[in-house]
Amino acid sequence: MKKFILSGFLILIFALYALYQRGGEYVYVAPPASVVENKQTEPAQNPYPATPVINIPSPAPVPKIAAPNPSRTFNDGAYVGNVADAYYGNIQVKAIIRGDKIIDVQFLDYPHDRRTSISINTRAMPDLKSEAIQAQSSNVDIVSGATDTSNAFRESLASALAKAKT
Amino acid sequence: MKKTKILMGMPITAEIVDDSAKQSDIEAVFSYFKYVDEKFSTYKSTSEISKINDGQIKEQEYSDDMVTVLSLCEELKNKTDGYFNITTPQGKIDPSGLVKGWSIYNAVQILMERGFKNFYIDAGGDIEARGKNNAGKDWKVGIKNPFNQDEIVKVLGISGAGVATSGTYIRGQHIYNPKNNNKPAAGIVSLTVVGPNVYDADVYATPAFAMGQAGINFIESLKGLEGYMIDKDGVATMTSGFQKFVSKNA
Repeated sequence: MKKFILSGFLILIFALYALYQRGGEYVYVAPPASVVENKQTEPAQNPYPATPVINIPSPAPVPKIAAPNPSRTFNDGAYVGNVADAYYGNIQVKAIIRGDKIIDVQFLDYPHDRRTSISINTRAMPDLKSEAIQAQSSNVDIVSGATDTSNAFRESLASALAKAKT
Repeated sequence: MKKTKILMGMPITAEIVDDSAKQSDIEAVFSYFKYVDEKFSTYKSTSEISKINDGQIKEQEYSDDMVTVLSLCEELKNKTDGYFNITTPQGKIDPSGLVKGWSIYNAVQILMERGFKNFYIDAGGDIEARGKNNAGKDWKVGIKNPFNQDEIVKVLGISGAGVATSGTYIRGQHIYNPKNNNKPAAGIVSLTVVGPNVYDADVYATPAFAMGQAGINFIESLKGLEGYMIDKDGVATMTSGFQKFVSKNA
């Protein structure tokens, strides 16, 4: 599989280089399918994807070659980041690059509680008090919040962008 | 004495106020979490749980802690009418949802057995706080604003209780209710549960969060547990006994 990705990548690089040599004009070339789509983690394909038990191996390293256009940082296309561990689940993002900009970041996987089913009887709604949340003094000893997923997000996005680099 | 380490993929902090606390006492807490991670991490191929899922370990060879955790999972499954379920769609088992609260609870017991009365342990925002803080007051526990991670939206006064929050900070995420035609459950972004200890608070916070709006009623129905739920519009709903935990000197 790694060899396939690597060779796909090299073919793409040569194709890009050939186009560049011929006209020097910017041509949109989609990245190889194996890099663009990871159907197994596409929520639209499967609303109950694999729960995070399997570590997906890192993709093949990106070969370092001279950039066809040094003024651009990223190649256009969609790039799937590595799966990053957020302990209670995985984070995996897809970055969409166009015109050297990140135009969208999509979540392919994130921590969730959807493997279980709900069958608890919904009891009669008691009259519970509600309020609008307001900022309070931050002078506290300890902070309670959901496990931070932002580090895993950054990790997955960084790996997606590394793949998009020219 | 206070120390933070990154273990099990999250920051874990232990603070002991009692004068007699030594470095080795804090280290005992971290060694315990390390042990738990090595046994229960589904990300480590060498862990006992991974070996069980790979079929390398037979049921009669399970360690005592594994037997305990799996029986607690079974108990919780029954108590939640099958809602809490550690079996994954691939037929593997993943008790992570219980192990976090269970391990903080056990780490608290380690410090209590060593005679400490004033301390807290915080593992990734799930907390058990005992006795008083270094100002001689109840521990002030802030509930993080799910829309702005630098902000606190509620301050609790905690002594001899556990606090756990389940939620998400990713905007646009939906929690799906599989029994409701896979429609997104009501937009809850954060649910904090206060209980007699961190284990009870933690194991109920996770399934209650996934229930959407009904989650706060579920917590209301459980004796000894109180909850504070924040929805996508920034409106909080609290259980009838929650107010007694709200810090008066916040």
